[in-house]
Amino acid sequence: MQNRINQPLPLVTVNQLEKQYTKNNPSVFSDISFSIARGEFVCMIGHSGCGKSTILNILAGLEVATSGQVSINGHAIKGPGLDRGVVFQGHALMPWLTVEQNVAMAIRARHPAMPREDVQKKTEHYLELVNLTGAIHKRPAELSGGMRQRVGIARAFSTTPELLLMDEPFGALDALTRGVIQDELLNICTQTSQTVFMITHDIDEAILLADRLVLMSTGPNAHIAEIVENPLPKNRSRTEIHHQEGYSDLRKHIMDFLVKPNK
Amino acid sequence: MMSRADHLKGVVLSLILALILLFSWQYLTESNSIQSHDISAENREYEILMGHTQATQQPDHNFPSPRQFALEAWQELKAPFHNTSTNDRGIGWQLGASLYRVIIGYGLAVLVAVPLGLLLGQQPILRAALNPFIQILRPISPLAWMPIALYTIKNAEECGIFVIFICSVWPILLNTSFGVSRLRKEWLDVAKTLELGWARRLWLIILPASAPTIVTGMRVGLGIAWLAIIAAEMLVGSSGIGYFVWNQWNNLSISNVILAVLLIGITGMILDTTFAALQRRVSYAE
Repeated sequence: MQNRINQPLPLVTVNQLEKQYTKNNPSVFSDISFSIARGEFVCMIGHSGCGKSTILNILAGLEVATSGQVSINGHAIKGPGLDRGVVFQGHALMPWLTVEQNVAMAIRARHPAMPREDVQKKTEHYLELVNLTGAIHKRPAELSGGMRQRVGIARAFSTTPELLLMDEPFGALDALTRGVIQDELLNICTQTSQTVFMITHDIDEAILLADRLVLMSTGPNAHIAEIVENPLPKNRSRTEIHHQEGYSDLRKHIMDFLVKPNK
Repeated sequence: MMSRADHLKGVVLSLILALILLFSWQYLTESNSIQSHDISAENREYEILMGHTQATQQPDHNFPSPRQFALEAWQELKAPFHNTSTNDRGIGWQLGASLYRVIIGYGLAVLVAVPLGLLLGQQPILRAALNPFIQILRPISPLAWMPIALYTIKNAEECGIFVIFICSVWPILLNTSFGVSRLRKEWLDVAKTLELGWARRLWLIILPASAPTIVTGMRVGLGIAWLAIIAAEMLVGSSGIGYFVWNQWNNLSISNVILAVLLIGITGMILDTTFAALQRRVSYAE
């Protein structure tokens, strides 16, 4: 019992995960084991083709692993579910619905019996979190890339998932917008102590957001090269972080890992 | 987008075109009647011998002038719903009979084709299995079905409805299954992560996402149905606007034929405009 209090069970456990698309080819990745604690922000970094997205999709329940186990809250993940929210790479908003309707659809899916006014209030609340109150009646086609991704984030948060999965959510955004949304995301995550698993290419983004960084080796047959604890304190901010002690060492370390051929 | 001024210019131009058409119609039909008076003495004698005198010459036998047409059309349009006998029913009544058949036949086609299309769109194997049948049945002219329909159904009314059904079902079916098969995987992934049941997935994702292609199919189908019903009624009808055209042709009442042809065109245009409006309502920009 004592042991449990000191070291609480992780929210997510990934154990010996392997994915092989065709029988005779080498597996995309194998021997992937890590865990995510409640309230932790974990980033996975790696080159294209190492199967990062596949790992995320397996966690989301949208793909099936060839072997290995994934569990959330001690239950094996068998399919997609509302306990996990996904922010997709290409926003995945319904183009025929307005911003408000896109978020409301998720809230209604989570709370089927909720009265209309409450759904509306909740929708407005989550759109406020991502600073989109002015655009609630617009359709996705009328929004900029950054605004679309914000709607995607609001939608994912609105279902209050235990685990938030983000697949390179800011990959298609320009640097300025990216920075603003990173700040917003960091804010919401600290406020709600949201558990997040995120995939990224961007080292600075990873250092800013992640408490722990999972570095993937190059595929095929990729595996976890290293798991790095972020030594910087949890109240990181985009404007201060590059002055903080340990930042450049960590950045160099990850940079070295990414530029050196590793197997 | 056209500016307001350009739009106005277009309207003025089409009014001018309409006037030109009207005047050439007037000119051509008038010169026709002048020619009949301008014959030599020998020919006139011959004409009299043949019984073609001024007295027997009926204006109906010539192509009517716009004025004649307007007068006769007015006679017909004054009582569009009169119904004295099979051979004497108002043009509005006939138009209504055609529209009724189209609504039944086309409605049945929508009821069959949309659900089946939704199913085929989601089941690639089923789609591949049914595709050869669809591709063979689709190009068959609706009228080619007529003998088979008459032999099996043995009822003229139901035959008409069947012909409407069989010709409008294919575009709706193909468009629906195409629209559903092209759904973005992301949208379905969102539905999965939100744990939407099949009914909500259908109502919230699949139908609105494929609505533009489904409505396009419905629009094409309705256009074909309206083409087919005229021909079908000419063949087997005892009512309907197609039957009316044929009947008035047998009466040599060219004015009424022109009137009916115009009404067919206008009705077709109204039907199509309705669906164009519906199409705008359900379309979305990605």
